[in-house]
Amino acid sequence: MNSESKNRVPVISAKSVDLTFQTGDGPVHALSDINLDIFKGEFVSFIGPSGCGKTTFLRTIAALEEPTGGSIMVNGMTPDEARKARAYGYVFQAAGLYPWRTIAGNVKLPLEIMGYPKAEQDSRVEKVLEMVDLSGFGQKYPWQLSGGMQQRASIARALSFDADILLMDEPFGALDEIVRDHLNEQLLELWARTEKTIGFVTHSIPEAVFLSTRIVVMSPRPGRIHDVIDCDLGPDRPLDIRETPEFLAIAHRVREGLRAGHSYEDV
Amino acid sequence: MNRVVPILTVVLAIFAIWYVASFTMNRAWVMDQAARAGETPSLSEQIAGTMNQSRPVVPAPHQVAVELYDGIFDKAVTSKRSLVYHGFITLQATLWGFALGIIGGVALAILIVLSRTADLTLMPWAIISQTIPVVALAPMIVILTNALGAESLMVPKAIIAGYLSFFPVLVSMVKGLTSPDAMQLDLLRTYGATKNQVFWKLRLPASMPFFFASLKIAVAASLVGAIVGELPTGAISGLGARMLIGSQFGNPMIMWSALFAAAILAAMLIWVVGGIERVASRAMGGQSA
Repeated sequence: MNSESKNRVPVISAKSVDLTFQTGDGPVHALSDINLDIFKGEFVSFIGPSGCGKTTFLRTIAALEEPTGGSIMVNGMTPDEARKARAYGYVFQAAGLYPWRTIAGNVKLPLEIMGYPKAEQDSRVEKVLEMVDLSGFGQKYPWQLSGGMQQRASIARALSFDADILLMDEPFGALDEIVRDHLNEQLLELWARTEKTIGFVTHSIPEAVFLSTRIVVMSPRPGRIHDVIDCDLGPDRPLDIRETPEFLAIAHRVREGLRAGHSYEDV
Repeated sequence: MNRVVPILTVVLAIFAIWYVASFTMNRAWVMDQAARAGETPSLSEQIAGTMNQSRPVVPAPHQVAVELYDGIFDKAVTSKRSLVYHGFITLQATLWGFALGIIGGVALAILIVLSRTADLTLMPWAIISQTIPVVALAPMIVILTNALGAESLMVPKAIIAGYLSFFPVLVSMVKGLTSPDAMQLDLLRTYGATKNQVFWKLRLPASMPFFFASLKIAVAASLVGAIVGELPTGAISGLGARMLIGSQFGNPMIMWSALFAAAILAAMLIWVVGGIERVASRAMGGQSA
């Protein structure tokens, strides 16, 4: 992170967050002593092996899970209050579009629930569909679109109510690499245009390095932060940047971090 | 065309088996008559004698077809011997029962899905209700509704039909209303949706394919209920009553034609329900559009 953002109040602030799930097999320590500040306009990726708590942490920010210790503040509010203030949009791994609604109808869903006036719903839908390059597809049904287009529609749905924070849980995990590359470029463009703060869970090292301003490497059992890597490759990032030494150096450090986390687990 | 050939094959096979059955079952009477007259009929005489009896054990297909045609097209629809008249009586009870079954099944399913208590208290009773033989229950329902002031048999018949048809609707709707997965529910939570909104925007539309699948079973069950409701209740009109009259007066033609009229009615009902399903599925973005 640069020095400018250090002076600002963090948008998301986690202080010694702990979360233990009570399961049939006994307690599972999903998050342990997570401390992290995310500032406005940052693109923070969470990477780590399965069970490291990266998704759980994202869900905790979104008030879908409640920490058993520590505190999380979103825009100076609790996650629950932040949700009511429509602080974030959430994108899941599966697009999860309703098959009985058109693409426009799907994007409109949160606006209907939040009670936006009819005319504003339509103008917002049009605007966000244009943002994700789906203008003209509003009247199509989800099954008429490819997987990548469906995921873009689900991003449009998360953007429709203009939340400042976008939380994305492996949004491109189910797509093939070519589509994924394309969507990564589009996402960067979108991020630059809207100046949103993005929290992004991924399994892919190149994806994390390519997209992020900061990479949080996590390790499992208990889920905790292993390393936080600054990753400022500048605002203009063509896909070719992935072959530059700077890119490879960061990717290397992420890989080291993941490996270290794994060896710890095997002890 | 590819579908016609297998269907025709099956139909032809059924007719063949049926004719053979008519011949073998009705042959005893022909042989009896011949023995009394001191004759030995040839095979062709035997066949001729089994195909057009007035009171056969198993009427031949063409006899049933003629009786069916006569009952449907050649009698005035107001005549007590018209199958259209009786079919209409049964159809009315079926449709009332179907409506009752849909309302009851959907309402119970909603209660069960929204309330854990209802799930624990109502579901076992719904299942138990289906283990009681309707034939035993039907006279009781007739007596009860009569005591409560119902003048025609339409009310108890509709109740019996509804009693049979609510169950498939209930089971499918419970499944359908709980079909949205955790991710779908989480998504709505991030929007701060109320329980009401989750129901109307997610659960109910998600349950529609299950609902329509259950309707085909429910409408058939409702027809069975209406007919069964006519059997042990002393009904004098309706397809069930015709079947009973045919069996009591030893006239199998009446029985068989009523049976086939009921089958035709069932096919028509299922066809109509299927049509409604297709229209609804198209309106909900189905892939057949």
